[in-house]
Amino acid sequence: MDRRDFLRWIAVSAGPAFLPARAWAGAAYERLLILVELKGGNDGLNTLVPFADPAYHRLRPRLALRREEAIQLDERNGLHPALRPLLPLWQAGELAAIQGLGYPSPNLSHFRSIEIWDTASKSAEYLQAGWLARAFAAHPPPAAFAAEGVLVGSGELGPLAGGARAIALNNPAEFLRQARLVQPAMRAGNAALSHIRKVESDIALAGARLANAQASLRTEFPRGEFGNAVRTACQVLAGGAETAVLRLSLGGFDTHQNQPGTHASLLGQLAEGLAALKSALQELDRWERTLILTYAEFGRRPQENQSNGTDHGTANVHFALGGRVRGGLYGAPPALDRLDGNGNLPFAVDFRSLYATALARWWGIDPAPVLNGRFETLPILKA
Amino acid sequence: MRRLLAFLLILFAPLAQAAALGAADARHLLNRAGFGATAQEIADFARLARAEAVERLLAGAVTEARTPLPAGVEDYIRPSRLRGLSDEEKQALLRTQFEIGVALRGWWLEEMLRTSSPLSERMTLFWHNHFVSSQQKVKSARLMARQNRLLRRHALGNFGALLHAAAKDPAMIVYLDSATNRKEQPNENFAREVMELFTLGEGHYGERDVKEAARAFTGWSIEPETGEFKWRPFIHDRGEKTVLGRTGRFDGDDVLDILLEQPATAEFIVAKLWREFVSADPEPQEVRRIAARFRDSGYEIRAALRALFLCEAFWAAENRAALIKSPVDLVAGTLRSLAFETGELLPFVFVLRQLGQDLFGPPNVKGWPGGEAWINSSTLLARKQFLERLFRGQELRERGRDLGGAPARAERVALRGGGRLGEEGRERLRRAMEAVRFDSAGWLALVERLRLAPQEILLPGEPAAAAPAAGEGIERIRLLVLDPMYQLK
Repeated sequence: MDRRDFLRWIAVSAGPAFLPARAWAGAAYERLLILVELKGGNDGLNTLVPFADPAYHRLRPRLALRREEAIQLDERNGLHPALRPLLPLWQAGELAAIQGLGYPSPNLSHFRSIEIWDTASKSAEYLQAGWLARAFAAHPPPAAFAAEGVLVGSGELGPLAGGARAIALNNPAEFLRQARLVQPAMRAGNAALSHIRKVESDIALAGARLANAQASLRTEFPRGEFGNAVRTACQVLAGGAETAVLRLSLGGFDTHQNQPGTHASLLGQLAEGLAALKSALQELDRWERTLILTYAEFGRRPQENQSNGTDHGTANVHFALGGRVRGGLYGAPPALDRLDGNGNLPFAVDFRSLYATALARWWGIDPAPVLNGRFETLPILKA
Repeated sequence: MRRLLAFLLILFAPLAQAAALGAADARHLLNRAGFGATAQEIADFARLARAEAVERLLAGAVTEARTPLPAGVEDYIRPSRLRGLSDEEKQALLRTQFEIGVALRGWWLEEMLRTSSPLSERMTLFWHNHFVSSQQKVKSARLMARQNRLLRRHALGNFGALLHAAAKDPAMIVYLDSATNRKEQPNENFAREVMELFTLGEGHYGERDVKEAARAFTGWSIEPETGEFKWRPFIHDRGEKTVLGRTGRFDGDDVLDILLEQPATAEFIVAKLWREFVSADPEPQEVRRIAARFRDSGYEIRAALRALFLCEAFWAAENRAALIKSPVDLVAGTLRSLAFETGELLPFVFVLRQLGQDLFGPPNVKGWPGGEAWINSSTLLARKQFLERLFRGQELRERGRDLGGAPARAERVALRGGGRLGEEGRERLRRAMEAVRFDSAGWLALVERLRLAPQEILLPGEPAAAAPAAGEGIERIRLLVLDPMYQLK
């Protein structure tokens, strides 16, 4: 399928995205969503490498990966060699890459751009609640869940900020110790005290449900911070605690200087972690009921900088993985011949389409009110 | 009957006003107007009548910080200087800048703890959250420090003067891209925010006003080599503009004056002050009344504060314990009210950041949203842990035990934050945490001498979880600060 065919196919298959309201099956939260944040802005061009594009080599005389270095997926694209642990998923048709994710009038500040991604806002719009918090406010996950969202590796609530029943933990035992400091208030009070009471009872509930989160798994987890985060996430699930969302974080992608070694190491951690995640989810018989999505504030500039690194960019490639993912390449390849005034890529797919896909196609809830608008869903999931 | 009632009210109102505050009212006023009143302050103010107490707070305002700025803050790094540097030199420079930025945060926290006028620091912080700039974008400790000085100088002064000065402040010019606002290609960022966030509030202007005002602000820029404000007449649009129904060859100052003429401006500011000091839900009628007084005074900030502190709603029972403490309230307030001894304040800078209020780094141009947004499961646990750690260290020390062994999580967080500071920085953090001391016996003795109870100093009402009289000594204090009510003011 060449690019034009592909775009036409997208247009056709995205048609049914506009379903009437009555078609929403309603909040299938037994299906787990795992978000993996690549903090700092992963370099998409050296993640899914367009090795056949001469512009790529022209823009990156030092950083470009050669065809023979990349793990070739087709005639044009290859994975960074450090992503080899993901190759079995690709071959099994369980790994999708969505190219060109971004938004209009991109912001190049880490802080602001991740806020835009977290709140699913427009570039010049300031929303307080995260997109998942809004989804859960409209369609609450079951009260029996330990939490609506569990964050591992970073305390920032991100997409769950602003009202979701979310807990951040680095290791469950430590969380349980902390939770003991919470003394759910005995008496009723004003709005401010009620809010604190609610958060305290969220913590207490999560604490009670996480009591078994020490369960051991046969899967071997990679060493290092991300491997530990994956292990923690899997232990929560293995202990029987339910949640609608798990958010993992891997930091360090802001590779302005001497990118090659750092980037390879980060992608290696990511790939090994994701492979272990698949193994553990299979062990728990949840692989078919899990959708994993990566995201980041932005991609990096196509032109390499003077320090053997890359500066803040815009549109980026992200991965979707899972037992029900329809593997392959989606979106549009990077248009290296159409860079903007800052030398950055135009976007091809609005990032809110990815969210709309998770909301509509994964959970069966109407994405339009959550995302304040209609965004086409992507055909990355099997029916 | 009604006449009789009115007569009685007239008779007794001055009496009620003149009555001494007592400990509960004194704590309420001091904790809303400042951070964590000390036992001595509460005892002193308890003897004053409302109006007296409010006048004393307003009269005590200062316009300069007493803490000297940390070394290096005043150095200005020209953007052009970075260009000629090698990677290593650039890295070293960035690390120095990071360290100076951290030192600047610690400096402000120290000023909050040591100042003779906590109200001045609270208002400086209020304006920091109003005329927002962030070190993240401004990337110059000097410009942030100078903006801070400007905000403090006008903190309880005149809002009109503050608006004019803040609009031309170099940090603001960088933060809102004013330097790229030129005649041929106006950048509307500042013009939009000045209307939406600094003066009128949404709904009181149109898109056309923004576009026209942006033209008036062209030419306001900075000199990149010095970081000073610079007026560039050649990129200023001298044409005629129409803003909010007024037409003329306006420049930026003219537009600010037009904004100050609008009644909406005073109401917008007073409503924001209300949410800061009184409750989360401003009463429209009272806001209009106080705003009229504010405007009649020529925008004297003291006039607005006086009216707010003396209005019935400020003292009403339903508005007690109705505000959620900000991280600064919690951290600076705890250290102040319990008279903690501290060394370098570095660890608390990282705690504030972990709790969601990184000084000099508000999240976006709208500032910290505050209120309930301060508290989620992550920040609430971090708050409790911060408090627990303050006391656990002390308890162990009092029992003669060493604090050795694995560092607790709060400490690890602080140490991780210090990671970018290098080994020397981590060592400084470790020393700073060991220097934190709380003399519980001394504090309890003082409280008793002043005929106060610990609960009267620490909580804005009855405990919500702890039994009212459980525990003794430091354990009693620990139970009170871990009570959910301690998160409120």
